[in-house]
Amino acid sequence: MIGKAKSPRRKRRTLKRNFVTPEGVDLQLTLGSAGERAGAFLIDLIIMFAILIAASLITAALFNGFGSDADPVFAIIWLLGFFMLRNFWFTLFEMGGRGATPGKRLLGLRVVARDGARLSGAAVVTRNALREIEIFLPFSLLAATGAEGSNTDAYIWAALLWSGLFLFLPLFNRDRLRAGDMLAGTWVVQVVKNDLAFDLTAATNERQRTHFTDQALDLYGEFELQTLEDVLRRNDPEAIRIVAKTIRSKLSMPDEGDDYDFLFDYYAALCARLEKGLMLGKRRTDKFENA
Amino acid sequence: MSTPVESDDIYFNTTRLRLAREADWDRLDHIISQLEKKSAKSLDDDDLLALPVLYRGALSSLSVARETSLDRSLTRYLEQLCTRAYFQIYGVKVSGWRQVANFFAEGWPGAVRNIWRETLVALLLTVLGTLLGYLLVRGDPSWFFDLMPGGMAQGRDPAASAQALSQTLYDPGKEGFLGIFATALFTHNSQTALFAFALGFAFGLPTAMLLIYNGVMLGALFAVFAPKGLGASFAAWIMIHGTTELFAIMLAGAAGFRIGTAVAFPGPLARLDAAVQAGRTAGLVMLGVVTMLLVAGILEGVGRQTILVDWQRAAIGSAMLFCWLTYFYLPRRHTHDR
Repeated sequence: MIGKAKSPRRKRRTLKRNFVTPEGVDLQLTLGSAGERAGAFLIDLIIMFAILIAASLITAALFNGFGSDADPVFAIIWLLGFFMLRNFWFTLFEMGGRGATPGKRLLGLRVVARDGARLSGAAVVTRNALREIEIFLPFSLLAATGAEGSNTDAYIWAALLWSGLFLFLPLFNRDRLRAGDMLAGTWVVQVVKNDLAFDLTAATNERQRTHFTDQALDLYGEFELQTLEDVLRRNDPEAIRIVAKTIRSKLSMPDEGDDYDFLFDYYAALCARLEKGLMLGKRRTDKFENA
Repeated sequence: MSTPVESDDIYFNTTRLRLAREADWDRLDHIISQLEKKSAKSLDDDDLLALPVLYRGALSSLSVARETSLDRSLTRYLEQLCTRAYFQIYGVKVSGWRQVANFFAEGWPGAVRNIWRETLVALLLTVLGTLLGYLLVRGDPSWFFDLMPGGMAQGRDPAASAQALSQTLYDPGKEGFLGIFATALFTHNSQTALFAFALGFAFGLPTAMLLIYNGVMLGALFAVFAPKGLGASFAAWIMIHGTTELFAIMLAGAAGFRIGTAVAFPGPLARLDAAVQAGRTAGLVMLGVVTMLLVAGILEGVGRQTILVDWQRAAIGSAMLFCWLTYFYLPRRHTHDR
C-alpha cells in the first residue's frame, strides 16, 4: 500500500488546502478561519468609523465649531464618506499588491484567486459588491425590526432569516467562502511571516548523552516528535517537567532531575531514528502507526 | 571551528540543509520583504534577476525538507517563505496601466456585449416599472406617498405648486439642503446599482423587483411634474445624468441576472464553476458600472447645478447615451467572440 490515508476525521477538519505551484510543489495553504475573517472585518469597520469621525472633527475645526453653517457639510461628509468607504475601502486595498485590507493584514490574511492565477480587479469588485447582501441587508433588516410596527414583524423576521443565509454562508462550506468569494473565484488564506528558528539538533554539548533502547524509540512517531520539538523550543519549565515525567514513566526510567537534557536527548535520538526511516522510505506519522 | 562542521559530525538532515542553503533563503526573504513593502522598482537589477532562481531554490529546499527532515520549524519557515514568494512572483499584476488600457479597450465593452440579453430584460423591467408608477400616480395621487420613501421626495409631491416644483428643477443648490439632496440621491442610486447586482445571487428575482421599483419611483416622480406642464423640464433634469446613471443601474441588474441564472441553471458545469464563470463577466461589467456611476456623479454634481437650460441638459444627456451605446455595441474589428 502506498502511504496510508489519514483518518478521514482529522483530514476534514483542517483548513489546510493543496495549492500546487506551476513548478509542481504543493504549498499547502492554510485558509483563514471564520473567526479571523470576522475579526478582520470588525477591525476594518472600526478604522472606517474612526476616519469618518476624524473627518467630521476636522470639518468642525475648519468651521469654528458645530454651528448651523457646518451642518450641511457634515451631512455631505457622512453621506459621501460613508458611501466611498463602504464601497471602495475593501476594493482599493484588495486591488493593491498585498491583496488585503488593513484588518486582514493585521491578522495575516490575504485574498487569493482559487485557481492560483492573478487576482483580477473584476474579481475584487465582485467579491466586495456582494457584501451588500451579506452584511448590509441583514443589518438594515435587523435595524428595521426595532423600528417597524407589529404588523410587519413576521415579514421582517422572515426577511432577516433569509438574508442571514448569506451572512452565515462561510460557516456552511468547508472552504469558508462568502457568497462574494464563490462568485469571484477567490478565497482568503493565511500569509504569516515567520523567521527561521535556530537549529535545535545542532546544539552540541560535551555531556554524556542518555542512551535509549530501540524499544524506547519505537514508542512515538513524527507527530509526537514535532510536538516535543515545540515544547523544547518554547522552553517552558512547567511543560518540560510534565512531558519529561510522562515519557520517563512510559519508558520506566529513573528520574535524574535534568528534565531538559533528558528530553533533548530523547528528541535527538528519536529524530535520528525516524530520519533514518525516512531515507529508507518508511514514514511513521504518529504513535498509532506500526513502527 | 575553522571550517564548517565536518559532514561526519552532522547527524541530522535539517542541519545539512540549513548549512547548504540558509544564505539563499535569507536573501530571498530579504528581497520578498522589500517587495512586500514597496514595488518592484525598488529592487536593484541583481536582486531582480536572482529572484526567480532563489524562489525555485527555496521550493526545492521545501520539497527536500518535507521528505528528509523532521524539523518542523524548518518546513514551516520554508512554507511561508515559498508562499510569500509565490504571491509576489505570480500574484502581482502586469503593469497597472496596461491592465487599465485592456479593460477599457476590450474587457468592459466585451463583457457588456456578452450580457445583452440580460440588459434588454433589465431595460424592459425598468420601462414597465416606470409606466406602472406613472399610471398609478396619475390615477390616484395618494399612491405617491405609498410608493416613495419619505426622504426621497423632499417636497416634490402631488400637492406641491407648479412654482415650487419648477424651483426644485432649477435651483442651483449651491449649499445647504439641495447639496445634501443631490449627494443623497447619488449615493442612493449608486447603492441601488450595487444592490441590484448583489441580489442577483439570490437567483435574480430580487434584482427584478428592485429594477421594477426603481422604475416605479421614476414614473411616480414624472407623474407629479407632467400634469403641471413641467414634464419636458423634468425629463431634461433627469436626463443630464440619468441616461448614464439609469444605464449603469440596468447594467448592474443585468450582471446580477447573469449570476442568478448561472447559479440557478448551471448547465453542464458544476454550480460553483458556473458561478465563477458568470462572476468573471459580471465582475468586468461591475467594474465599468462603478466608473459610470462616478461619471454620473460628476454630471449630477457639477453639470446639473451649473447648466440650467432644458435643451442643453437634454443634449448632454442624449450625447452621453449615444457615447455609451456606440462604445459598448459598435462592432469592433478584431473581437470575434460574441
